[in-house]
Amino acid sequence: MRVTLLIGVAAAALALAACGDNPAKPGAAAPAVLLIDGSSTVYPISEALGEEFQNTSGARVTVGLSGTGGGFKKLCRGEIDIAGASRPIKAEEAKACADAGIEVIELPVALDALAVVVSPQNTFADCMTVDELKTLWQPSAQGKISNWSQVRAGFPAEPVKLFGAGTDSGTFDYFTKAINGEEGASRGDYTATEDDNVTINGVSGDADALGYLGLAYLTENAGKVKAVQIRQADGSCVGPSAATARNASYQPLSRPLFYYVSKKSADERPHVAAFIKFAFDPTHAEPLVSEVGYVPLPTAAYPLAIAKFEARRTGSFFDGGSKVGVTAEDLVADAAQK
Amino acid sequence: MSVTALGAPAETQRLVLQKKAQDLIFGTIGVLVLFVVMGLLLTLVSDLVVDGAGRITPEFLTSFPSRRAAQAGVLSAWIGTSLVMIVTAVVAVPLGVGAGLYLEEYAPKNILTDAIEINVSNLAGVPSIIYGLLALGFFVYALGMGQTILVGGLVLALLILPIVIVATREALRAVPAGLRESAYGIGANQWQVMWNYILPSARPGILTGAIVGLSRAIGETAPIITIGALTYIAFLPPSPVSASPPFVNFDWLNSPFTVMPIQMFNWVSRPQAAFHENAAATGVLLLGMTLLMNGFAIYLRYRLRRTVRT
Repeated sequence: MRVTLLIGVAAAALALAACGDNPAKPGAAAPAVLLIDGSSTVYPISEALGEEFQNTSGARVTVGLSGTGGGFKKLCRGEIDIAGASRPIKAEEAKACADAGIEVIELPVALDALAVVVSPQNTFADCMTVDELKTLWQPSAQGKISNWSQVRAGFPAEPVKLFGAGTDSGTFDYFTKAINGEEGASRGDYTATEDDNVTINGVSGDADALGYLGLAYLTENAGKVKAVQIRQADGSCVGPSAATARNASYQPLSRPLFYYVSKKSADERPHVAAFIKFAFDPTHAEPLVSEVGYVPLPTAAYPLAIAKFEARRTGSFFDGGSKVGVTAEDLVADAAQK
Repeated sequence: MSVTALGAPAETQRLVLQKKAQDLIFGTIGVLVLFVVMGLLLTLVSDLVVDGAGRITPEFLTSFPSRRAAQAGVLSAWIGTSLVMIVTAVVAVPLGVGAGLYLEEYAPKNILTDAIEINVSNLAGVPSIIYGLLALGFFVYALGMGQTILVGGLVLALLILPIVIVATREALRAVPAGLRESAYGIGANQWQVMWNYILPSARPGILTGAIVGLSRAIGETAPIITIGALTYIAFLPPSPVSASPPFVNFDWLNSPFTVMPIQMFNWVSRPQAAFHENAAATGVLLLGMTLLMNGFAIYLRYRLRRTVRT
């Protein structure tokens, strides 16, 4: 009795699925599927590009959310065609790829800026230097730097509450490298979260709080939090925005986001090459990347990226390390000239 | 004697009053706790409904995920969840009930079965991510099954197996001993007793266990993400029924998929507020799916109870 009922339910659900399937299936043969996985930071870009590519080309696109490290693992096992990454490939990841016989092509897909944010009620922290941020965030600050007045003479003697990225995220890696000088080196006594909305909520209502997050979260919550400008080498104060990230004047917290394409996929699967041509065509890429809250590459960088891909230039500009202040032109120009 | 006779009514009355007061206090605390718990649940659910109700439209159910929050939908997610739950139910319920039956009715009581018993109870408390890692290593890589609906269903089946086994055993234990003895008394053999008497009267309890397990499985994200389920997928698994022979196929078991909790997880951490509404709407739908599943089980239980009585 129970078994027959279960089968009945199964059949009903299958029939439902079948009904839904018919309109979505134009041809009889299964179309090629482009497999993208990796960083959750890059995910919205892949989703937007994939959605449009699927609409125009008929190829199917799937995007996963395994994180940057998980994406590299899958790429090097040959399970996916493209891995999205919010940081450059590490030496040991590159080695794992090489051992498996998979070569990867490194392409910057968009730019992002990390914004240091405070509450709109905060009236004193308008412009801060990297050193001041380092005072606040470096590992030795743990348990010692707990007051705004310790960061700069003249700041109020109020306790400072910190919000930041969880240690698994590329945002954390980049922020610690850019501010503290060493990737992964950070004080631990702050509210760590993988979801930047938590930082928004924590900072917005608290005049003593400070946090860092991706530019898209700042843009979407313009009234709730306020960006702190960063004092540049020439003494000027620059705030995070699409424009300052794109012209590389917002340093050192502008960072590139990457696509790592498997050379094998690029050679053997024509729709992978077609997707890269689509994704690095500025007429598609610029509006789509902007729409999801990221910063498109400088227009001149797109043809260079395509050229790098066409030449199948493999390997990483970063040689397994992480560099700060690298522009998109560096990444593509370097390879195109080599 | 006369002293106790005189003192007794007052003493009794005092005791009765004291016990009544204790009853009242306990009752009040109970009601208070109930209100707190229900209030919490109600607040959570109504918050979800207030945020998400506006987004629950037919289009939301028939659209694929999209970068535009207003056009995004959960079609691939709810179909994925339904298919995965079918695999989970088909695998976990027969296996779990079978294992429970064997352990309770057939297995000899020795060190081995004791060890199995302890392990089954402990398995129920293992974090779900561990099952995800097991499935990734075993199903996906060792057996080379890939990131498919079948693997998703299997990992959730493993996850809820201990729940189903324990519930089955509890249900079997609750069958009155008299029923069993009477059946043996009129000459039935073990199979006949089991199939015709014990199982039917334990069925409602077993069903409750199965539904508790499935309700847990439907909300799981971690093991499904671990095995490599997708987030953006804008096509559906191949149709399981076709117009040409052999009419049914099982290709859908091997297709990539996404599930409702993954969509929710993805949307909740996006910067745009419109995606947060989508996440809330997905949450409401997921609650609805769970409720539907529970409702179906309650109906089934009700029907089965009637058959047992007659």
